[in-house]
Amino acid sequence: MATQHSRSAARFMMAPAVILLLGWMLIPLTMTLIFSFKKYLPLRGGDLGWVGFDNYVRFVSSSAFWPSVQTTLIIVGGVLLITIIFGVLLSILLDQPMWGQGIVRILVIAPFFVMPTVSALVWKNMFMDPVNGLFAHLWKAFGAQPIEWLSDLSLFSIILIVSWQWLPFATLILLTAIQSLDSEQLEAAEMDGAPPLSRFAFIILPHLSRAITIVVLIQTIFLLAIFAEIFVTTSGAFGTRTLTYLIYQRVLESQNVGLGSAGGVYAIILANIVAIFLMRIVGKNLDT
Amino acid sequence: MGQITLKQITKSFGDVQVIPPLDLQIEDGEFVVFVGPSGCGKSTLLRLIAGLEDTSSGEISIDGRDATEVPPAKRGLAMVFQSYALYPHMSVRKNIAFPLRMAGLDKAEQDKKVESAASVLNLTDYLERRPGQLSGGQRQRVAIGRAIVREPAAFLFDEPLSNLDAALRVNMRLEISELHQTLETTMIYVTHDQVEAMTMADKIVVLQAGIIEQVGSPLELYHTPRNRFVAGFIGSPKMNFMMGAFSSEYDATTIGVRPEHISVSPTDGKWKGKVGVSEHLGSDTFLYVDVEGIEDPVTVRSSGEVSFRHGDMIHLTPDPEKIHRFDNQGLRIA
Amino acid sequence: MARSVTTRRKTINTLAAWAIGLLIFFPILWTILTSFKTEAQAINDPPLFFFFDWTLENYAVVQERSNYMRYLWNSVIIAGGSTVLGLIIAVPAAWSMAFVPSKRTKDILMWMLSTKMLPAVGVLYPIYLVFIELGLLDTRVGLTIVLMLINLPIIVWMLYTYFKEIPGEILEAARMDGATLKEEILYILTPMAIPGIASTLLLNIILAWNEAFWTLNLTAAKAAPLTAFIASYSSPEGLFYAKLSAASTMAIAPILILGWFSQKQLVRGLTFGAVK
Repeated sequence: MATQHSRSAARFMMAPAVILLLGWMLIPLTMTLIFSFKKYLPLRGGDLGWVGFDNYVRFVSSSAFWPSVQTTLIIVGGVLLITIIFGVLLSILLDQPMWGQGIVRILVIAPFFVMPTVSALVWKNMFMDPVNGLFAHLWKAFGAQPIEWLSDLSLFSIILIVSWQWLPFATLILLTAIQSLDSEQLEAAEMDGAPPLSRFAFIILPHLSRAITIVVLIQTIFLLAIFAEIFVTTSGAFGTRTLTYLIYQRVLESQNVGLGSAGGVYAIILANIVAIFLMRIVGKNLDT
Repeated sequence: MGQITLKQITKSFGDVQVIPPLDLQIEDGEFVVFVGPSGCGKSTLLRLIAGLEDTSSGEISIDGRDATEVPPAKRGLAMVFQSYALYPHMSVRKNIAFPLRMAGLDKAEQDKKVESAASVLNLTDYLERRPGQLSGGQRQRVAIGRAIVREPAAFLFDEPLSNLDAALRVNMRLEISELHQTLETTMIYVTHDQVEAMTMADKIVVLQAGIIEQVGSPLELYHTPRNRFVAGFIGSPKMNFMMGAFSSEYDATTIGVRPEHISVSPTDGKWKGKVGVSEHLGSDTFLYVDVEGIEDPVTVRSSGEVSFRHGDMIHLTPDPEKIHRFDNQGLRIA
Repeated sequence: MARSVTTRRKTINTLAAWAIGLLIFFPILWTILTSFKTEAQAINDPPLFFFFDWTLENYAVVQERSNYMRYLWNSVIIAGGSTVLGLIIAVPAAWSMAFVPSKRTKDILMWMLSTKMLPAVGVLYPIYLVFIELGLLDTRVGLTIVLMLINLPIIVWMLYTYFKEIPGEILEAARMDGATLKEEILYILTPMAIPGIASTLLLNIILAWNEAFWTLNLTAAKAAPLTAFIASYSSPEGLFYAKLSAASTMAIAPILILGWFSQKQLVRGLTFGAVK
């Protein structure tokens, strides 16, 4: 509801953001599409002409493709599961009355400030190193054989590292949501005879659904693109090669831009499937 | 100066026409109240006059000049919003001075005008406070102050009292009426509360679904409502309506009787009914009487001394002079 | 009104929360502690907690070896520049979406967010080529622009949610009072939205500071920020724990301190204004 004048002003003021993002999206996307239909080896002859769908077929039929999709989904799913479950529990705990709440909150947020390259390096060397890592010391102290975290339990280790980085985010959003819950609702439920577990299931959890949706949406956006954690820890070895990493290897390590671009198109399609799916949930949940 | 004329004004949002073609003449110095149920288009109409919405067609003229395409700030009107719309990050002084600052007045001039407005509105002691530190009534006065300093051709009020509690509302109602007496400026006031309309207006415009149902002075509307809608909307408690045998006796589809025009008697009268609830207000007693053949209880306004209880059988007699008759279109039969 | 709670329950809550808080914080604490040890002490078994010879030597070595200040400066310029640039572009856009919404506003917002879903790796090579073409490879300007673009959707989204909380009537009042569009945004909207803008600013500085795909792949020596500085310690040579810790501490300290000082705005920012 507004006047014609403000509507045209609005369009004018929205233009820079829209045009920039449109350019940012369309130009590289078009180039990627073009490359994906070419044999393109920058270090071995450059542009070697059109090859139709060859790259697409090769990328999918490569033995690395399906495992990489699987790895991607396991990492994203695993991190989401861990951060949301522990995030809910932790946010309920932090919502209770206690001494030094502010300080605890600072401690809990801290991992979010740590850049991915640092957290990956610290975890890899100082905690998960099978000889000198803290975990190795701990295992030895109990007389157990230290675990080769990043080769034997590689996926789990990466999920652990990434979860540590994202738990603060999930916790904070959920905590904010819990704090907005009207305590009279809980008291009413208590008067109605609902035991704590039912109060959690029927009052708190539904109240959190919107916040959980947001956590899922935002985390998925970032998790689909995790790169540094894998780059620094395993470089894609030991079954930790995600789709992102596979494409990265094709483009930069094997310098096969055509093949990598075809992979990129797949990744874009995958991301869009996830996006449509998520947008639908979020769109529903955000309509207020 | 503040004569506003609307000629064949319409407003549509997309395919929905919220204001069908409408004509209205507002005279200089008049206190006009737009009243109607929520969603009747009264706020939209006010915003069209303010220039905050474009008209879809038609012409608005202010003091004889076509203002249809003139932006809001240039129309010479001031508006007091429902939420007061004070600027929370500015002191009261800066809030009131804002329109003057936008008009490019120098600092001394601004201060002079702000201070004179503040003294009229009893805000002098609060000039350095932020809106957040004021009570509802004080915020309301700041909003009015911001309107006054512009010396507008007309004031527009959009449900300004709906966020205040009942006692304060009565006070502010008086203050706004007094302000109107002092300034003698045109005021257009939107409300859904017919009490505000009755008590403040020189002229009431009753709206329903974007259509003007009736324009007239408060007493005209009270005594000769043009149709059933106006009859039911103006007056508190609401007019009682009766149909069927009750109305055919008077050659009408529906008849309406105001609660204050019905007398009660324990022994005899025209209609017989059972007391449902009786509310004692001290000065008055409202009786809600179930009468066979009438769906809703009949409301009767009686003197404070009347003491019927729940379940008592009583007799009701309407004042025959004060019965309103409506035809099958709901229009008044003269 | 919250009910009063027994001291016993409060004690249990406190203990549990502190234990978990410290556990979550431990990797950072351990890194900071290790940075003050000698290399031998760093890998001592059993691990040393507080009783070791505190030394600053590692910091000196790291600065000498990698020229920390240059990376830091690059990070500051890139993170700060991209955020400020993003805000300048996003404020007007968010204003129009929040106060002059049309039927497509929601679609545009969703579309903007969906550009965040575009896998960076899918467009890495084209961007690489464009950068070479424009001479932007390994420059701060280039990286600033890229980080601005990848964070723009989030900035717009956050500002939009904050602006939505500002009642439209206030802007209409300003319009009635004779403010032009520019004055309305400058004198009314921006001051009222300061807390929201501050949160947006902080969160985006952090996101840009920690961004580790484009910063690693589009820079070499000149424009490399701290993410690249620390990645250079992933070689086996970096396996000197104390030095690694010192470098890590130096890389995260600025943002950790900034984050702690502005905790309140940040918590608001972290929720992207979407949860109240």
